[in-house]
Amino acid sequence: MSKPEKLIESGIRLDGRRPDELRPIKIEVGVLNRADGSCYFEFGGNKVIAAVYGPREVHPRHQQKSNSAVVRYRYNMASFSVEDRKRPGPDRRSIEVSKVSREALEPVIFQEYFPRSAIDIFVEVLQADAGTRTAGINAASIALADAGIPMKSLISACAVGKIDDTLVLDLNKDEDNYGQADMPVAMTPDGRITLIQMDGNLKRDEFKEALEMAKTGCMAIHEMQKAALMEKYSAQIEGENNE
Amino acid sequence: MDKKLVIPGEFLSDDPSLADEGTYVEDNKVFSTVFGIASFKNHVRVVPLSGKYIPKPGDLIIGVIKEVTYSNWIVDIRSPYDGLLHISEFPRRIENDEMSKYLKIGDSIMTLVSDVDANMKVELTLNDQRLRPIKEGRVIEVTPSKVPRFIGRSGSMIAMLKNETKCNIFIGQNGRIWITGRDNEMELAIKSLLKIERETHISGLTDRITNFLKEQKGEKVQVKKPEKKQKTMAEDKTEPVEESIEETEEKKESEGILDELLGNEK
Repeated sequence: MSKPEKLIESGIRLDGRRPDELRPIKIEVGVLNRADGSCYFEFGGNKVIAAVYGPREVHPRHQQKSNSAVVRYRYNMASFSVEDRKRPGPDRRSIEVSKVSREALEPVIFQEYFPRSAIDIFVEVLQADAGTRTAGINAASIALADAGIPMKSLISACAVGKIDDTLVLDLNKDEDNYGQADMPVAMTPDGRITLIQMDGNLKRDEFKEALEMAKTGCMAIHEMQKAALMEKYSAQIEGENNE
Repeated sequence: MDKKLVIPGEFLSDDPSLADEGTYVEDNKVFSTVFGIASFKNHVRVVPLSGKYIPKPGDLIIGVIKEVTYSNWIVDIRSPYDGLLHISEFPRRIENDEMSKYLKIGDSIMTLVSDVDANMKVELTLNDQRLRPIKEGRVIEVTPSKVPRFIGRSGSMIAMLKNETKCNIFIGQNGRIWITGRDNEMELAIKSLLKIERETHISGLTDRITNFLKEQKGEKVQVKKPEKKQKTMAEDKTEPVEESIEETEEKKESEGILDELLGNEK
């Protein structure tokens, strides 16, 4: 698609959303039997699957830490996830995304509970449509909870960007490609930021406003993450007192 | 309601002195660390719905030998950490080069965690009255955090299961369960155990399992009776002779050990 004339017209974006509207989200918990925890996450056109293994033995041995667990995060895009076939395997971009995503989740994981062990997180992008790192972090956070790993809280992530001088929440592919700025943010439900990146330019007060928008977005996602986890055990536990 | 499904980071209480397992305290408030079931009796604690077994001294567990070294057996205990069983912790004195004669790779053992240090070096022992060799029966695996539900309040669930299925059941803290008994009864026991595994979070578990067992048994009795009338004798007759001999031998053996186990418990 070539650059459209206008990315936003009278407050309505190309895909019909308002500036502060998220794309539709679909979450499924526990989709993989072999993994200790897993999650399938749809974020508009993004389709990602996260698997968590561990805590388990560290291989190779030299990576282990004697006083805490190591967290390893692998972000990978399937070769069919984008229109032009992506050359499989790690590349500069996926190594970077893996690193920042790992650092977005590490602060909430009680790593010191499991010395000399590893917590492995695998995120596979099946279909990409801008914002895969945020989708991956959202999915990984649910998969970690599903694996029973102790955490301070869940992590929610979403992006804010600027198109045609307007701040918008959760960019899609065209907005990302032809917009002026893209800023993914990950945070805890009480608003502590664990990841923030930006490409493009924002003015100082735009940045402040963008951060507020990201916060609202993350809160909304957090509620959906919670609902998805609860739904896995939907058969209610009302009055489990007679145990 | 004093039980609730919670996610990590969920607010639980204003009183930090109540904080127990599965929680953390920040700014004098108690939050959950895991995705699990929170209970508010006396203390606030959260039991996770999944997770790995983390060994504690005093746990009775079931391990599988995965390596034999010069003076240690390395034991898989379903945890991120390996168990170490030193040769001196074997009930009798044996030579280093004869270790594989007594316990070889792949053997299952019922064992006791004697010590866990800060580096998570897990030491095991076989020197305990309660331990038995695992030579027959079946071992199944369940979620370690659900073990208390399998045992029930002061052992009610397990006692009921033993009673109803006539099997001997031992539940290791690491989520391995050892069942001995007759084939069809073991089948029934395993079915009910897996049902518990699936439905731990739903209320009235013991009652549902009791009903489930009755249902299963009721069906079996109804199916068997007409068969017996037709054949007049035991069902074993229809099976090939060789097999039936093997089976009876197995049964004798298992009953012998069962008696031993039951005798010990009394």
